[in-house]
Amino acid sequence: MSDTRIVQIFILPTVILLICMNIFPLIYSLFLSFTRFSVISDAPPEWVGLANYQAILTDPRFWNNFAITGRYALVSVALQTIIGFGLAMLLRTKFKGSGILTTLILVPMMLSPIVVAVFWKLIFNPSAGIFNYLLGFTNINTSPEWLGQTDLALWAVVIVDVWMWSPFVMLLALAGLSAIPDYLYEAAAIDRASAWFQFRRITLPQVMPLLLIAVLFRTIEAFKQFDLVMGLTGGGPGDATETVSIRLYKLAFQGQYDTGMSSALAYVILVIIIAVSNLYIRQLNKARG
Amino acid sequence: MATINLRQVEKKFGSSYAVKPLDLTIKDGEFVTLLGPSGCGKTTTLRMISGLEAVTSGQILFDGQEVTWNHPSQRNIAFVFQFFALYGHLTVRENIAFPLQAEGASRDEIKRRVLEVAQMLRIEHMLDKRPGSLSGGDQQRVALARALVRRPAAFLMDEPLGALDAEFREGMRAEIKRLHISQNATTVYVTHDQVEAMAMSDRIVVMSNAEVQQADTPTEIYHNPANLFTANFIGSPGMNLIAGEYRDGQVQVPGGAIPVDDGWRQVLANGLDGDGKVIVGFRPEAAEVQPTGALAGSVYASDLHGGYSMLHVEIAPAQIIHARVERRVSFAIGDNLRLGIQPDMVRFFHPRTEKAFAKEERRS
Ligand SMILES: Nc1ncnc2c1ncn2[C@@H]1O[C@H](COP(=O)(O)OP(=O)(O)O)[C@@H](O)[C@H]1O
Ligand SMILES: [Mg+2]
Repeated sequence: MSDTRIVQIFILPTVILLICMNIFPLIYSLFLSFTRFSVISDAPPEWVGLANYQAILTDPRFWNNFAITGRYALVSVALQTIIGFGLAMLLRTKFKGSGILTTLILVPMMLSPIVVAVFWKLIFNPSAGIFNYLLGFTNINTSPEWLGQTDLALWAVVIVDVWMWSPFVMLLALAGLSAIPDYLYEAAAIDRASAWFQFRRITLPQVMPLLLIAVLFRTIEAFKQFDLVMGLTGGGPGDATETVSIRLYKLAFQGQYDTGMSSALAYVILVIIIAVSNLYIRQLNKARG
Repeated sequence: MATINLRQVEKKFGSSYAVKPLDLTIKDGEFVTLLGPSGCGKTTTLRMISGLEAVTSGQILFDGQEVTWNHPSQRNIAFVFQFFALYGHLTVRENIAFPLQAEGASRDEIKRRVLEVAQMLRIEHMLDKRPGSLSGGDQQRVALARALVRRPAAFLMDEPLGALDAEFREGMRAEIKRLHISQNATTVYVTHDQVEAMAMSDRIVVMSNAEVQQADTPTEIYHNPANLFTANFIGSPGMNLIAGEYRDGQVQVPGGAIPVDDGWRQVLANGLDGDGKVIVGFRPEAAEVQPTGALAGSVYASDLHGGYSMLHVEIAPAQIIHARVERRVSFAIGDNLRLGIQPDMVRFFHPRTEKAFAKEERRS
């Protein structure tokens, strides 16, 4: 047996697995997205062409889902970046206990989103939760109901997401900051650069690649955000927090099990995520020079 | 331009000295080199002058003004780092412009001065490249340009040629020397390369073990080393140093006796311990092969150095001295010969204190 032959035999199981678990569903769902089909009905897929896509792109409710997701992703990622980077700048210089503090800050990131959702529900609880109390609302009748008000629910999810994932940005920013060689700051001190000038011309450009990676990861995650929202609000109240993935879930696994339509929606999300990622990656390459 | 004064400046890391209390005055426009083996405290001294390193105690003055606790940015100095320390994410142009932008110079002025200094260092064709894509020599030119562009009061350079290939080094050495002459800027230069120090300096500060061994002109350092360390460290090979005994106007050494000049006799008689033990030193070029020379020995090895030959002569088992002779002179290994030593080039050192004796008339 030739070497190539042996190599092929060894990689065959993986390839078969990959085809069955990834490639086939990917292609099959692409096919289904052009059909009317429900997995719980006995009827075979019925070819409808672009009808599903047309429905998605013309239905205001879908547009609303995308708008909510976009708003959520933008605000959440922006806050995470600012807070995460700020924390990293604070924890950059070692002080007594900074190691333990860093580890503690990272804890939220390690929890399961469902667990986080469950206890933030308790924290947000208008009568028993500590959140309103800390904000200074003591009268239950006038205090905000974070998860129950349409104007607040998305903010509540943002707060939890920021609490959970700012540490991730911090971690990457810390890695970026610690990779900046000291001599650059020494040279800058000799060159009589002010602290602000050093930050702008050395620190920021040097951490930018890692910061962009953090932002890229968080943006993709925000677009896919499901478990946290599901656990906190289930998409409600009304459709105030109905992100595209919540909608996708409802479409695919509730009521009619509209597999054809949900496949089409999944593809639309995929295209958007790829497009956004490409924008970031282009920025990233630019930042790396 | 600035005069730099160090008064009892010292630096300790933990309990060990990186620089023992040091006094040094660097005159306006002077080119002073800190020379010494690796780890002797040269970089630390330079960094204290720059303010990048805080002194443990002592005072630093620029033009009579105390700057000991001033931030580097308040000292109006330029520092050329051993490994360039260029801003890798900026272009060459932006690197050179950095100090000007930091002080808020106008766009036109920045453009003009960057071009000016780039032309002076012949790097104007690479202004739009990133430093990472340049050769070591060009990176060092960029670092020099960044240092020059602000016209600082003093230049501090930490082994600026240390990271360059040998072929570049001599060219850059000449360039730095020329820059110094044209700018007439006070320069403190650190190197472990004595050839570099000899070639460039107005004054050399020889350091070893965190201490200044001698601070003087290259000529004085070479011809009148203050102690055994300097005698041995300067020159390649260093001074021949032979332990002997002073008796009756001669120093008895293995292989013969070296006559002592009248001028030295009184100095040695007064300065030596009772046993007369002394160390005699002379440079390889002070020794000549003569039929009636004072020292007898056999040729241990002989190497040709292009313009001259270096003879290694064994005057006693395992005691070799070096003699620089004309390149046409050649000996076979094992040949016996005698070396004469030019009397005015002989120096004497105290074996216990390791210090050189000085002739009375020179001391005053
Ligand atoms: N930041 C530091 N911490 C501890 N020891 C140091 C530090 N910097 C230098 N030293 C020590 O101080 C001594 C002098 O170092 P340095 O000035 O770099 O020597 P040189 O430049 O002459 O090679 C060395 O023994 C070195 O190990
Ligand atoms: Mg050094």
